[in-house]
Amino acid sequence: MEKRAHFSGWTLPLLLIVPQMAITIIFFYWPASQAIWQSFLREDAFGLSSEFVGFENYVHLFEQPEYYRAMVTTAIFSSLVAFFSLACSLLLATQADKNLRGGQAYKTLLIWPYAVAPAIAGVLWIFMFHPTLGTLSKPIKAIGIDWNPMLNGNHAMTLLVLSATWKQISYNFLFFLAGLQAIPKSVIEAAAIDGAGPLRRFWTVIFPLLSPTTFFLLVVNIVYVFFDTFGIIDAVTGGGPAGTTTTLVYKVYADGRLGGDLGGSAAQSVILMIIVIALTAIQFRYVERKVQY
Amino acid sequence: MMKKSLLGALALGLATSTSAFAQTELQWWHAMTGANNDVVNRLAEEFNNSQKDYKVVVSYKGQYADTLNAGIAAFRAGNAPHILQVFEVGTATMMGAKGAIKPVHEMMKEAGEKFDPQSYLPAISGYYSTAKGEMLSFPFNSSSMVMWINKDELKKAGIAEIPKTWPQVFEAGKKLKAAGHETCGFSNAWAPWANIEQFSAWHNIPMATKANGLDGFDTEMKFNSPAHVKHLQNLVDLQKDKTYDYSGRDSRSEGRFTSGECAIFLTSSGFYGNVKANAKFDWANAPMPYYPDIQGAPQNSIIGGASLWVMGGKKADEYKGVAKFFAFLSDTDRQARLHQESGYLPITKAAYEKTKASGFYEKNPALQTALIELTNKEPTENSRGLRFGNMVQIRDVVSEEIEAALAGQKPAKDALDSAVNRSNQILRQFERTVR
Repeated sequence: MEKRAHFSGWTLPLLLIVPQMAITIIFFYWPASQAIWQSFLREDAFGLSSEFVGFENYVHLFEQPEYYRAMVTTAIFSSLVAFFSLACSLLLATQADKNLRGGQAYKTLLIWPYAVAPAIAGVLWIFMFHPTLGTLSKPIKAIGIDWNPMLNGNHAMTLLVLSATWKQISYNFLFFLAGLQAIPKSVIEAAAIDGAGPLRRFWTVIFPLLSPTTFFLLVVNIVYVFFDTFGIIDAVTGGGPAGTTTTLVYKVYADGRLGGDLGGSAAQSVILMIIVIALTAIQFRYVERKVQY
Repeated sequence: MMKKSLLGALALGLATSTSAFAQTELQWWHAMTGANNDVVNRLAEEFNNSQKDYKVVVSYKGQYADTLNAGIAAFRAGNAPHILQVFEVGTATMMGAKGAIKPVHEMMKEAGEKFDPQSYLPAISGYYSTAKGEMLSFPFNSSSMVMWINKDELKKAGIAEIPKTWPQVFEAGKKLKAAGHETCGFSNAWAPWANIEQFSAWHNIPMATKANGLDGFDTEMKFNSPAHVKHLQNLVDLQKDKTYDYSGRDSRSEGRFTSGECAIFLTSSGFYGNVKANAKFDWANAPMPYYPDIQGAPQNSIIGGASLWVMGGKKADEYKGVAKFFAFLSDTDRQARLHQESGYLPITKAAYEKTKASGFYEKNPALQTALIELTNKEPTENSRGLRFGNMVQIRDVVSEEIEAALAGQKPAKDALDSAVNRSNQILRQFERTVR
């Protein structure tokens, strides 16, 4: 059976895609092209003077050691968050998928953190892990760790990874749970009858069957850490200490909005855009091959 | 697009409604919260009741940086407010935007409003004036940095007198630590403001050339001098055992003082209300410490806080209203009352004298400390104020390098050298945009 609609003319189909096209153009192509244009300009914050400077903003950017550091930070941060948020939520989802008493409440509770705004999530974590006021920093100090995310870059990064991961777990959990429930019970039961233990069933049956979900989540999570963690970073560390938690997207904000350097900031967002497009393309090109639909 | 036309319609609506009432509306965008927000609202209300021609309409636009950005965005869209409250570090940004602002001295003159630049406290108005002394923006809420003291804890640690110099503070910090303040002997909020900006002015050392940028945007940073390095190195050494403990770039950790954790804490004089409400111990504040071996120290401190900028491109009649409002704000009685009630510094000499004469400071010495610092000596070109383009970014860079030094990643000298180099790059970028 061919799933194909037949239209007698061009008018209706065009009309039908207009809303989608309009949204894409207004909210994606237009701002993106503006960013590209702006990245070639040097402009004051008020827009009173602007000068075409070619690739100067880019050259200036690649002369800054801080920019390379932000790239490394972003790579570390995004791999850690993507890995932990996927791993934790997969674990939670497999547990929640079992027949538990009160399982529904358990599932609902796990989804809650997603409703928390990033900045608020950040503030919550600061309160828990503030070096002096935090309720959780006392036990950490008690076991002999000189916990101080305000000066120690690794501590700050740990705190950020924790909060960004926590925030994303619910989302992943939801998809994993749906993915798990879509796996036919008969397949798993068949494996069980053949003598496969729970762990083996998971790795040889469930995990491969879940791969489309995992792949989708990987792409979404990478995009999430690249762009959406900005609020958490701003609230928790403000890019500090000593720039150790300044990711690419946070630097775009810091230079553009706080610093008023619109050209440099636009150049950074163009580069960021290229990176994310490239990453997504790579994921689709290579990782997707391993996905079994 | 839709937003723009909606705004247009709103603006049209506003325009027609004002003409109907024959009253000119003056938009005032500000960043004040809590008790300070009430002050803003009350001032507008009093002004509106005092005359019939103008109506000041206040809108809260978020934090300082948000308010500035809202103002910039509105200007770009052609809907700038008449009055925009901008924090002190945004001064150069506003000044550089020549077509976007209306200098206050010019506006007052054109409006024929009584205005004597000499009547304002030079330590405050100097920050917002050109090198020639022309006032560009109108000082609103001003504060300075002072040292807050937990007297109970000092007594317990056996410290008889409030320390005056840095070496005394270091000693006091060690004693406090020995007396049980293991996580914090002394500390400060606003790292770059305290350890570089105020430090330079208070010791009469240039932070940058060209009178710290007041004489031109081609200024170059100089805060890697031996004195700066020595001070940072001292803090780095004391950080190791937490005799000094870093409290971040902003005021978020001020609670370390009110909670009793840090018994000596340098931060804004504007911390007053918070201390008064939350500190459950005997407290006081004192002028910032200094190094006695640096000649001429202490000089005078510089201010922080915000000023009111008048945006450009408005009608002459509207400027008349703004001028009237500023004259209203400068009134001696009003300034004196505002100062005594809110803890803001008075901006006119007369208001300060009046408060002094009334004996107010005998009962409230904590409110005078910042004023004593600001008027300690006639300001020099190192202590009149700062004017650096993109200063928000510069402060971040300075904070980053201070943090790197305190974390032991690099020596104090390297950190300050690098901070100077990076700040200079930012200054050059800014210089090019305003040329």
